[in-house]
Amino acid sequence: MKTKPVLAAALTLVLAGALVSCAGDGGTNEGGNSEATNCTNKIQKDDLPVVTMWAWYPNMELVVDNFNEQNDEVQVCWTNAGQGGDEYDKFQTAITAGTGAPDVIMIEADRIPTFQVQEAIVDISAFGFEDVKDDYSEGAWKDVSVGEGVYGVPVDGGPMGMIYRKDIFETYGITPPTTWAEYEAAAQKVKDAGGPLFGDLGANTPAVMMALQYQNGAEPFTYDSANPESISIDLNDPASKEVLDYWAGLVEKGLVGTQDQFTPEYISGVIGGDYATYISAAWAPGYLTGAGVGEGEDAGVWATAPLPQWDAADPTFVNWGGSAFSVTSQASNPELAAKVAFGVYADDASLTDGWQNQVIFPLNLKALNSPEFENYEVPFFGGQMANKEVYVPAANGYTGMTYTPFGAYYFDAFNEQLAAINDGSLSGSEAADALQDTVVKYAEEQGFTVE
Amino acid sequence: MTVDLATRPKAATPRGPRRRGAIARGHVGWAFVAPFAIVFFALLVTPLLYALYLSLFQKRLIGGTSFVLFDNYIKAFTDPNFLDGIQYVIVFSAVLIPLQMAVSLSVALILDAVVTRFARFSRLMIFLPYAIPAVIGALMWGFLYSKSFGPIAEIFGMFGAVGPDLLSRDLVFFGLLNIVTWQWAGYYMIIIYAALQGIDPTLYEAARIDGATGWQITLRIKIPLIAPALLLILVFALIGTLQFFNEPQILRYLASGAIPSDLTPNMYAYQQAFALANYNYGSAISFALGAVVFVCVYLFMFITRKRGSFLS
Repeated sequence: MKTKPVLAAALTLVLAGALVSCAGDGGTNEGGNSEATNCTNKIQKDDLPVVTMWAWYPNMELVVDNFNEQNDEVQVCWTNAGQGGDEYDKFQTAITAGTGAPDVIMIEADRIPTFQVQEAIVDISAFGFEDVKDDYSEGAWKDVSVGEGVYGVPVDGGPMGMIYRKDIFETYGITPPTTWAEYEAAAQKVKDAGGPLFGDLGANTPAVMMALQYQNGAEPFTYDSANPESISIDLNDPASKEVLDYWAGLVEKGLVGTQDQFTPEYISGVIGGDYATYISAAWAPGYLTGAGVGEGEDAGVWATAPLPQWDAADPTFVNWGGSAFSVTSQASNPELAAKVAFGVYADDASLTDGWQNQVIFPLNLKALNSPEFENYEVPFFGGQMANKEVYVPAANGYTGMTYTPFGAYYFDAFNEQLAAINDGSLSGSEAADALQDTVVKYAEEQGFTVE
Repeated sequence: MTVDLATRPKAATPRGPRRRGAIARGHVGWAFVAPFAIVFFALLVTPLLYALYLSLFQKRLIGGTSFVLFDNYIKAFTDPNFLDGIQYVIVFSAVLIPLQMAVSLSVALILDAVVTRFARFSRLMIFLPYAIPAVIGALMWGFLYSKSFGPIAEIFGMFGAVGPDLLSRDLVFFGLLNIVTWQWAGYYMIIIYAALQGIDPTLYEAARIDGATGWQITLRIKIPLIAPALLLILVFALIGTLQFFNEPQILRYLASGAIPSDLTPNMYAYQQAFALANYNYGSAISFALGAVVFVCVYLFMFITRKRGSFLS
C-alpha cells in the first residue's frame, strides 16, 4: 500500500525534473519599446521615445546619463543583465521566445556571428554607418561584421599583451621575452631557480587560445553571411596544433599553472605572486584592479610588454574580448536603436572616464589617437605608458578575426579539450583533432555545409 | 469504506432534498479542489505538455524548425554525452546512497539512545545544512576545498603536506559526494529519528527483560521497525541523485575544467536549452531522464518490496 504515494511522489518529481527544460529566466524588459519601466538609470526627458539597452560596462550609468543629457531625440533605458555568458543566455532565451530582448545589447565581438546567424541582431550599415565609419579602425569594423553586413558598433577592444611582475623578473634576472621560444626559456629559468609558475593555461579561456592560434597564422573559421549555409572549419591545422602543443608542453613541464581564470582561486594566486606573467588583453588591468590586484604588497609591481611572437621580425597582433553595441531584431524602431548604438559610448566625457578610471580600452579613434590617451601613465603599471608602448601599436596592427556562428558550442567544446590538455590526457595535437571532429559534427547537425 | 456507510441509510430512504444536498456537496468539493487544480494545470501540466511538444521538433541554425517525431529521443539514447551522464549519476547514487544511509541512520540511533540537552542541540546542528540552500552550500564548500585559502589545505600545510585537491578531475567525485552527504544526511536523520520516536518503548522493556543487549535491541527491534522510513529515504535519495544538478553546476566555475557541462543529464539538458538554444533537444533529454528515473525507481521498489515480504 505504501508504494502508491511514494510512486506518486516519484512521478511528480520526474515531471518536475522535466520542467527544467522550460523554466527559463526570461528577459527583464517587456518587449523593449517606449513603455520600458525597468531602467536602472533615471530617464531625464520623459516625453522622448525610449530605447532599452543591456550592457555591463562598469561606468555604464555615467555613459547613459551623459547620452540622455545631450540627446533631444531619444532616451536610453539601461539594465545590467549580467556579464558575458549570463547575458547571452538571457538573450538566447528572449530570441527563442520572440520577445523580451532589449533594443540595443552589448555583445563581445566573438559572439556577433552567433546571434547574426539566428537573425537576432540586425545589419546597421544603412542607419548612419557612413557618418561614424572613420571613427573606428578597419580591424575594429571587421570584428563586428559578418561578410558585408555590420552587426555592431565597436566600443572597447582587447589588444593583447603580456602583463608581468617586475619584482619576479628582477629576482630571477630575466627581461620580457619577445618570442614564444624566449618565453619558454625564461619560464624554465625561473622554475630551475625555484621560482613561481610563469603563466597559466586556463581551461575557461578558449578565446585566448583562439587568438594565439590566429597569431600563428591559423584561421579557424571562414564564414560569410552572404552564403550562410557553408562554413569552413580548420581547427587542427599545423599552426593551431603548434600553439596547442606548445602550451601543452609548458603544462607538462610544470612551467605554467592549469587554474581556471577569473576564479577567486586564480586571483588569490595572482595577488600572491604565484604567476610571473599574465597573457592577457588591454582590459585586464581594469579587471584585476576590480578584483583587488595591485593593492597592498603587490602594488606597483606590475608592468606590461608586447605579446611574445612566433617570429619577432614579422609580428602579428591579436585581440581578446572587446565588445560592441548591437541592435536586436526585436527592436521596435531599429533606426532609433541604431542611433543609440552609434552614439551612446562616443562622447568625450564617457570615453575619457572609460579609459582613465575603468581601464576600458577604447576603439573610438577620437580617444585612441588622442595624445592624452597615448601618453597616459597607467597607475596599475606604476606609471608605465602602457598604451603607447604596448596596446596602441597592438590595436593599430590588428586586422580582425573571423568568428564562428556557433560560439557557445565552440567555446564549450574547446574548454573540454583544454581541460584534457591540462589533465595530461591529451596532447595539444590530439586535442586539436578532437575539437575539429566535434565542432564539424555539430556544424553538420546544425545544417551547415562544412567545406 | 466511508462511502458504504454513507450510502446505506440513503438507499433505505431515497428522498429528493437529500439527493440535491449530495449533488451540492459534490460541487462544493470542486470549489475546494479548484485553486490547487488551476495551479497544477497552469504550472505543471501545461508546461509539461508544451515541453513534450517541443521535444518532437528539431531546430537547426540553418534550415529552421522541423517536425521529427521521436528523433530527439533516439538521438538522446544513442548520445554518448547523455549516456555517460546517466552512468555517472548511477555510479554516484550507488556510492552516495549507502553512505548517506549509514551516516543518517547511525546518527539517528545515537541521538535516540542519548537523552540529554546536548542531544537536542546536536540534532539541530546536524539538521542545519538542509536549511542552507544547495547553491550556497556548494559555493561554501568550493571555498573550503580551495587550495590556497581553504582549511583543508591549511591543516595539511601545518604538517608540511599538500592537501588533496577535491576540485581536481580525479577527486571531484568525492568532493561532490561529501557536499551532498553533508546537505542531506541531517534531513534523513530527522525522518529516521521521528520513526524511532514512534516505536512503543514497552518493546524495549520487554526485550531487556528477555536479556537483550542494547546492540541487539538496535538490530532486532529498532531497525526492522523503521524499515518503511528507510525505504522512503532511499527512494527520495535515488530520485534526487539521478537529477543531480545544483552542486556540480555551481562548482563548475571553481573546478578548472574538472566538471564538464554534461556531467549529469540535467546539466546536459540545461546546457542544450539555455546555452546552445536547443530547447527541443533539451526537452527530449529531460523527458528521457524522467523515463530513466521512473525505470530505476520502479525497479528499486520492485526489488525492495520482495525483500520486505521475505523479511516479514
